[in-house]
Amino acid sequence: MAGTDIIIHDEKDNVGVVVIEKITPKQDCDCWIMENDKSVKIQSMDEIPLGHKIAMTDLNEGDTILKYGHDIGKVVKSIKKGEHVHVHNVKTKKW
Amino acid sequence: MEIPKTFLGYKREDGRTGTRNHVIILPVDDISNACAEAVANNIKGTIALPHSYGRLQFGADLELHFRTMIGTGKNPNVAAVIVIGIEPKWTKRIVDAIATTGKPVEGFSIEGVGDIDTIARVSKKAQEFSIWASEKQREERPISDLWISVKCGESDTTSGLASNPTVGNLMDKLEPLGVHLCFGETSELTGAETVCEKRGKTPEAQEKFRKTWSSYNDFILKEATDDLSESQPTAGNIAGGLTTIEEKAFGNFQKIGGCKFIDVLEPAEEPTKGPGLYFMDTSSAAAECVTLQAAGGFNLHLFPTGQGNIIGNPIEPVVKLTANPLTARTMSEHIDVDVSKILSREMNLDEAGDELIKATIKVANGRLTCAEALGHREFVMTKLYRSA
Repeated sequence: MAGTDIIIHDEKDNVGVVVIEKITPKQDCDCWIMENDKSVKIQSMDEIPLGHKIAMTDLNEGDTILKYGHDIGKVVKSIKKGEHVHVHNVKTKKW
Repeated sequence: MEIPKTFLGYKREDGRTGTRNHVIILPVDDISNACAEAVANNIKGTIALPHSYGRLQFGADLELHFRTMIGTGKNPNVAAVIVIGIEPKWTKRIVDAIATTGKPVEGFSIEGVGDIDTIARVSKKAQEFSIWASEKQREERPISDLWISVKCGESDTTSGLASNPTVGNLMDKLEPLGVHLCFGETSELTGAETVCEKRGKTPEAQEKFRKTWSSYNDFILKEATDDLSESQPTAGNIAGGLTTIEEKAFGNFQKIGGCKFIDVLEPAEEPTKGPGLYFMDTSSAAAECVTLQAAGGFNLHLFPTGQGNIIGNPIEPVVKLTANPLTARTMSEHIDVDVSKILSREMNLDEAGDELIKATIKVANGRLTCAEALGHREFVMTKLYRSA
């Protein structure tokens, strides 16, 4: 099935991964949740390149990012649904 | 897909099977590299394995050096070995240990002879070994004679989404057939360490993993100036969209599929608990890790990459796969298996796993990997601490 722009590993995840060359602001994107084979839609706010993450929901400072259903770090700058999630707004909890 | 029951390999004196038939010239120490390389240049069908260490090492660091040298010589992908060192004592220790396999091995030391006469003497023996090895024929061997190691590199989010799970799918299919499997990268399991620990098959294996990871983490906390943020994730990882070490670790961990590990190995240690999955304590630097796994006796390596790592190994063929369509296009000469169609949902994991099994068997049968054809022979010793 072609036409997937974003893949989400686990239903619990609050981020998805861009799997096309890039998405552009205000683009209506098709998302596929691998765990349960469901589809959802989201409108992007930023330009986001292949392999980078998009917020599936609004996130506040201190919130935990979930991917693979697991904790992969904390939000250090609030993020709106559809925005790019990366090193500028998320940090490891390890160091 | 029905998985083939056999592949074509070189049966060795000790019962193991090689996927390659190398005659290696192994320098014990850095200063013997010149001799080893001169001999390999003289005698066709031999390869030298130069490296940077082997002098004034001591304790556990020296033991690891010996284990890596000996394990490399014992690997079934190696038909015969010549060991060259500056002094006779360490050279003999390595020769004697490799000889337990029953394969031809001979040692030479340079002190009191000099490079030129050593090169002449070694060349004669190397020529004899090379011609002898060239007579070896591949024969049908059970699939369980495959010992497969895995490690990923220049990972990005496509690794965790698709190429690492493809390796995991292969593991799930080959483990029941009695294949030996090995993953490593102690540092890159940070963030997923408690989840990984639970994948130990026995309480002993779990306990051993916990100790290994904690000892690594204590070392990092002691030595790191602030944290690992310049190295983990790497700049390449970050460009590929990986944000934190935890994200990288959970992606990394997809490589073992649903398998459970039966034991934890020291770096370069040979597994002794029979077929199944092993965890080896290794660095996550690609060449160091694969060198240690090859020294543990693994005869074929699977290497998923995202942004495009180019590593190879002199004795263990390295099969590279990627799910990143840009990498598959821009670095195609490095990619043996392209699974990027998983991302466009034109291929599922089951199909990708089957493709990887087919490619693995082709390479086991003798097909050159991209890295072999390009001449990648990274042989890198792991050093535990400074020399005396």
